[in-house]
Amino acid sequence: MEKIFKKPKGLNDKTMHYCPGCGHGIVHKMIAQSLEELNLLERTIFISPVGCAVFAYWYFNTDHIQAAHGRAPSAATGLKRANPELIIVSYQGDGDLASAGTAEIVHAAARGENISVIFINNAVYGMTGGQMAPTTLVGQKTSTSPFGRDPHFAGHPLKVCEMLATTKAPRYIERTSLDSIANLNRTKKAVKKSFDLQAKGEGFSLVEVLSPCPTNWGMSPPEAMDWIADKMIKEYPLGVFRDERADSEVKNDL
Amino acid sequence: MSKKVLMKGNEAVAESAIRAGCKLYFGYPITPQSEIPEYMSRKLPQIPGGAYIQAETEVSAINMVYGAASAGARAMTTSSSPGISLMMEGISYIACAEVPCVIVNVMRGGPGLGNISPEQADYFQVVKGGGHGNYRLVVLAPSSVQEMADLTYDAFDIADRYRVPVMLVAEGNLGQMMEPVEFKELKTEFIDKSDWALTGTQNHEPKIITSILLDPETMEKHIHKLYEKYALIEKNEVRFEEYLTDGAEIIIIAYGLISRVARNVVDKLREEGIKAGILRPVSLWPFPNEAIKSKIKQAKFFFVCEMSMGQMVEDVRLAVNGAKPVHFFGRCGGVVPTPIEMYDNVKRYL
Ligand SMILES: Cc1ncc(C[n+]2csc(CCOP(=O)(O)OP(=O)(O)O)c2C)c(N)n1
Ligand code: SF4
Ligand SMILES: [Mg+2]
Repeated sequence: MEKIFKKPKGLNDKTMHYCPGCGHGIVHKMIAQSLEELNLLERTIFISPVGCAVFAYWYFNTDHIQAAHGRAPSAATGLKRANPELIIVSYQGDGDLASAGTAEIVHAAARGENISVIFINNAVYGMTGGQMAPTTLVGQKTSTSPFGRDPHFAGHPLKVCEMLATTKAPRYIERTSLDSIANLNRTKKAVKKSFDLQAKGEGFSLVEVLSPCPTNWGMSPPEAMDWIADKMIKEYPLGVFRDERADSEVKNDL
Repeated sequence: MSKKVLMKGNEAVAESAIRAGCKLYFGYPITPQSEIPEYMSRKLPQIPGGAYIQAETEVSAINMVYGAASAGARAMTTSSSPGISLMMEGISYIACAEVPCVIVNVMRGGPGLGNISPEQADYFQVVKGGGHGNYRLVVLAPSSVQEMADLTYDAFDIADRYRVPVMLVAEGNLGQMMEPVEFKELKTEFIDKSDWALTGTQNHEPKIITSILLDPETMEKHIHKLYEKYALIEKNEVRFEEYLTDGAEIIIIAYGLISRVARNVVDKLREEGIKAGILRPVSLWPFPNEAIKSKIKQAKFFFVCEMSMGQMVEDVRLAVNGAKPVHFFGRCGGVVPTPIEMYDNVKRYL
C-alpha cells in the first residue's frame, strides 16, 4: 500500500512526553514539516525553552540548544550573529516569553533579529502545574488564581503580538490557533512562512499559537479546543499584525 | 608582539580580545568599563563576521554569549559588579553546558548600586560560585594594563581548551589607568570545535547543548565529569607571581592593582632590613594553594591585603591551615589603601 501520510523527516520515532490533546506536539510536527518542505532541516538550530517543551530535543532531528527561562531570544541572537547561515527557531511558551523573558523578546524584535519565534500561548504555566501566566484570561481559574484572575490585583492579559507590532523592525507577526481544521492549516502556513522569511534574510518574525493545555485547564481535549474557540480567541484575536518586506512601504495591518 | 602603545586598561582588554579572535561582543554600558563596549562598537563592525550588539540587559548579554559561543565563535561580554550579578544565571548555565567564553568584570564598589570606585568585593561571588549549582569559574586577576591584555588573550585559550567560562577581574582604576602595552599577534589558529559546536546537521547526527539532566544519577555523573576537568585546571592553570619572597619572613598576599601598593611597602621594609616579600595570586581560581603552603616554613606571618572586608583571606587561611598567623588589612567601599597605611599595618605585627 502506498503511504500517503508520512512522519516528517525532522522528527524521530520517539513517543512524545506531552499530555493527550496538548498543542505542543501538533506544533512540533508543523515545524518539522515546514523545515523539511523548505529544505532547511540541516541548517536549523532549535532552541527549547523552560517549560513543557524543554525536552523538544528528544524529538527533532536538528541541532539543538536549551536556553534559560525567557532567554531564548538572546541565545538566538548570539547564534544567528555568529553564523547567519543558521536557521534559528526560538520555541517559547507564554510564561517563558511573556513573563520571564519579556525584555528579551521585545528587544530581539526591536533589533529585528533574523530569527523565527514560535510562541505557544496556552494561558498557563503548563510545566509547573498550571499557575497563572501573564496571558491567563480574566476570571480564569488556575492554581495561583483559584478564584479566577482578578484584574484589580493581577492585571489583564498581556497581548504579545499587539505589543511587538508597535516596534518597527519585525517583518511578520501573526496569531493563529489550533482549535479547528481551518486554523490548524493557517498555523502550519504561518510557521512555514516565518521560516521562509528567515531563510530569505527578511528579519524578525513571530507566530503566536493559541494552544490547548487540557491537563491544567481541567478539561478533556475536545473541551479544551472549544474553550480556545469560545474564550481565548475573544481575548486574543487571530490575524496578521505585521506583514512587510524589507523593500516594501510601511504597512500596518492592525 | 606589536610595538608599545599607551592605552587604558579597558581598551587593552578590547584590543587584545580582538587579537585573540573574538569577533562577537555583547554588552551593556556600566561605569567603569564602558570603554570596552565603546571600543568594540568601533572595531568589530569592520571585521568580517564581526558584530557588536548592545544588549538590553546583562542578563541578555550573557545569554547572547551563550548562543554565539555555542555556534563555535569566540565571544565575550564585559561588565562591572552590578551587571555581573545579573549574569550569574547565565554563567551557571554556560558552565553546566560546557560552553567556552570570556567575561570581564571591572569591579566597582558595592553592595547594591554602591559607587564607581574600585573594589575587590566580588571575590566571593565570582570565585566561590555566584550562580547556582556545582561549578567553578576560572578567575584571572591582572595587576597592570599589560597583564589585562595578556590575560584576556590567554583567557580565550583556557576557555576553549577546557570548554569553560573564564572571568577576568580588574579593579575599576586598572580599567581606567593608561600604561604602555604591547599586543600579541592576531590569532589565526584555533582549537577544533566541530565535535560539539552547533553548525547544523549537514554531516553529523544532531548535537545538543543543554544544562538539563533530569535523572539524578546522570546529573551526578555530569557534575563529576565537570570536576575532573576542574581538577585538571587546578593542576595546569595555577598562576602567581612572587616578589622578593626568597627567604622572606613576612609574606604579603595581595592580588590585582593593590599588589603594586604592596611593592612599595615591601621596598620600604627591605630598606629597614625587614625581610618581606609578596606572593601575588594571578589566578584566583585555581588558587595558588601550594605556593602559599611552600612559604609556611619560612614565614613569621602572612599578611593579606584586599580592597574588601576580607574575602580572599579565607582562602589564604585554608592554605595556611593554622600553621602560622594570617593577618588581614583591608579598605572597602572604593577606598584604595595607601602605602603608608599598609606599611603601618604590617608593622603592627612585627
Ligand atoms: C528562573 C526560573 N524560574 C522558574 C522556573 C520554573 N518554571 C519551569 S517551567 C515554568 C513555566 C513555563 O510556562 P510556559 O512558558 O507557559 O510553558 P508551558 O509549560 O506552558 O508550555 C516555570 C516558571 C525556572 N525553570 N527557571
Ligand atoms: S501540562 Fe499542558 S502544556 Fe504541558 S504537556 Fe501537558 S497539556 Fe501540554
Ligand atoms: Mg504556557
